[in-house]
Amino acid sequence: MIAEAGLAALWFAAALAALQLVLAAAAVARGQEALVGGVRPVAILQGGFAAAAMAALIAVFLASDMSVRVVVENSAAAKPWIYKFAGAWGNHEGSMLLWVTILGLAGGAVAILERRLDARTLIATLGAQAALALGFYAFLLFSSNPFDRVSPAPPDGLGLNPLLQDPGLAFHPPTLYVGYVGISVAFSFAVGALVTGQVGPAFAKAMRPWVLAAWIFLTIGITAGSYWAYYELGWGGWWFWDPVENASLMPWLAATALLHSVTVLATRDGLRAWTVMLAVVAFSMSMIGTFLVRSGILTSVHAFAVDPRRGAFILALLALYIGGALALFGARIGTVRAGTTFEPVSREGGLVINNLLLSVILGVVLIGTLYPLVAASFGVQLSVGPPFFNKAAGPIALALVVVMAAGPLIRWRRDDAGQLTGRLTWPIAATCFAAAALVAFGPIPVLPTIGLSLAAGLAVASILPVIRRHPLRTPLFTWGMVVAHLGIAVSLAGMASDSAFTKETLLAVTVGQPARVGPFTVRLDGIKPVIGEGWSALEARLSATRDDDLTVLRPQSRFFSTPPTSTSESAIATFWDGQLYTVLGQPDANGRWQLRLWWKPFVTLIWLGGALVALGGALSLIGRWRRERRARMRDYWA
Amino acid sequence: MTAKNQRLTLVLLALAAMVGAGLLALSALRDQASFFYAPSDARRDGLPLGREVRLGGMVQAGSIVRAADGVTIRFVVGDGLATTPVTFRGIAPDLFRERSGVVAEGHFNPDGSFTATNLLAKHDEKYMPPQVAGAMHETKTLTK
Repeated sequence: MIAEAGLAALWFAAALAALQLVLAAAAVARGQEALVGGVRPVAILQGGFAAAAMAALIAVFLASDMSVRVVVENSAAAKPWIYKFAGAWGNHEGSMLLWVTILGLAGGAVAILERRLDARTLIATLGAQAALALGFYAFLLFSSNPFDRVSPAPPDGLGLNPLLQDPGLAFHPPTLYVGYVGISVAFSFAVGALVTGQVGPAFAKAMRPWVLAAWIFLTIGITAGSYWAYYELGWGGWWFWDPVENASLMPWLAATALLHSVTVLATRDGLRAWTVMLAVVAFSMSMIGTFLVRSGILTSVHAFAVDPRRGAFILALLALYIGGALALFGARIGTVRAGTTFEPVSREGGLVINNLLLSVILGVVLIGTLYPLVAASFGVQLSVGPPFFNKAAGPIALALVVVMAAGPLIRWRRDDAGQLTGRLTWPIAATCFAAAALVAFGPIPVLPTIGLSLAAGLAVASILPVIRRHPLRTPLFTWGMVVAHLGIAVSLAGMASDSAFTKETLLAVTVGQPARVGPFTVRLDGIKPVIGEGWSALEARLSATRDDDLTVLRPQSRFFSTPPTSTSESAIATFWDGQLYTVLGQPDANGRWQLRLWWKPFVTLIWLGGALVALGGALSLIGRWRRERRARMRDYWA
Repeated sequence: MTAKNQRLTLVLLALAAMVGAGLLALSALRDQASFFYAPSDARRDGLPLGREVRLGGMVQAGSIVRAADGVTIRFVVGDGLATTPVTFRGIAPDLFRERSGVVAEGHFNPDGSFTATNLLAKHDEKYMPPQVAGAMHETKTLTK
């Protein structure tokens, strides 16, 4: 019953999206702005029905209704409730339903909250959002129906992929999707503004909070996903340049560029066409990511099933939307007049370089991600891994850090290069000091040395804009920028420290035998069997000591019954100055156990930095919102 | 500078950056793309020395030997036509076993052996890397 109700809700949502598209098209074509009153409720209702369908799928999973195909294939009655709940999107159909639900809800949110945009552009925006939703509803209904029944119903399901059986599954996909799909709003705004020709500061100010909100979620999603991969995969790495990771990084890069160019448009009325283009590119990256992950063209823990028809369907949608948006851009950009000009040495100029460098990184990552697929279609099997991305994207990213340090210290409109160098004295001093210290106290590889030195410079540079200013009188969005830029410095320091100072030990030990890794002595105290929900494991007890401080770690080797697989669960101890990462391997005939131990100094800074970046975004969003509310109040009283 | 000129300058800059990105990426790709080899490919086309590649095939029956240090294993990968001895230092994946598919990441040595830095084992059918599936398929057709 619940499954049928869910399917009905999905059809209703699709029908409402069609209605929304027709109404919006009619309103824009005939210039009937009054219709905005009609389009808004339809958009809200559409989001509501999509959410109802998602709720129905979650209910079916929680009830372990084994007559529904996705439940049979991806769940089991004996699973803990959290994995039944999160398992609703731990499969192809459910994750696409979550995708389109967020698309619908984002459209609904625009309909409820957006007050700044002129009525005509708003209607066109909601129309574009409906067009996007309609395609993905069709994808769900015709090729990925999550409410498909099986008859007869089997007694139990096949279970969830053990790698996904982690609390992270409850948070990581929804957060990432809110960011991923939230960028659709920027895309729809761009399409709306192209239709009506209203590309200017008002449009930029309206679009900015939506981009910012999506970007915050994307940042949190990527940071959390990186930490999840770090502790779950047991390889000690935090970023693998896996195509699926790239699929989330590419929209983030585009959204970061957009966030900065939209500021130029809002503040100085420059970069009009570029900003619109970036909005189209950003969501195109989200859709390409969805295609890569959901078409089954890639193999990874994220790719749930291989069905070529689905890939073709998403590819067709991709071509339709990206092609359509680019065609509209080509046809209408002539009507958007060039914005205000600016001097090369100015905040605008700095932001242009920021955008160029981010775009180049985006291009490199895109080529590296798609190249194996293109090669495969010519019959050549190859894979592009970390060496390529580190070599090609690393130096540009470091150049970006330099620009990032200088950018906030440049004045809008026009600045003097000599004065700017003067303002950069302290950051340059910090960089040189760090570099000298690193070279003097133990030579480490070149790239981490540069990374750590630049991180020091960037950290100093990023707090300069608030130094000698009254903290409470400094606008909250300035604080947001400072915190976000500082977050990048912190994260960069963590990455460089991890790659320069990590110590690794790999050996086989008997019970009682000590092993050394970095400043720690790790002893295997014993191995015992443990039982959990749906799995059994062999658990090692390791006592790690450093300067007489004892820490106990319990890495496991886990065996799951449904489906029958095994995973190794690393154990990580966090200290103020880094993490001790331990993995239990296999036993051998002599009673020895394989242990893999890493001491990773300051590796936690990577994710702490990511969290700071997201916090900076949040501060900025709150700051803009408060300023606007105050302005509205003033207008109201005046 | 007029608005039109500035726009043109920016467009040219953006194009230059994009072309630069493309060239940079392609030149790096030439050196860094890790190609997939089956043991018979390596014998036919010559050894790809000095670069990271992937070697895929079946772990030969009775070939896994564990070294005295407890963390190094030696085994032989075959594709029905040729075999390659592989040395791997690390924790092998749980599904790594004889008569089962494997993809080894690492490099060839001049003597024709392979040093692996990472092993990807065939999980269940759902999560099988396409390269392994391809190699398996070829192996099956060849041994029939």
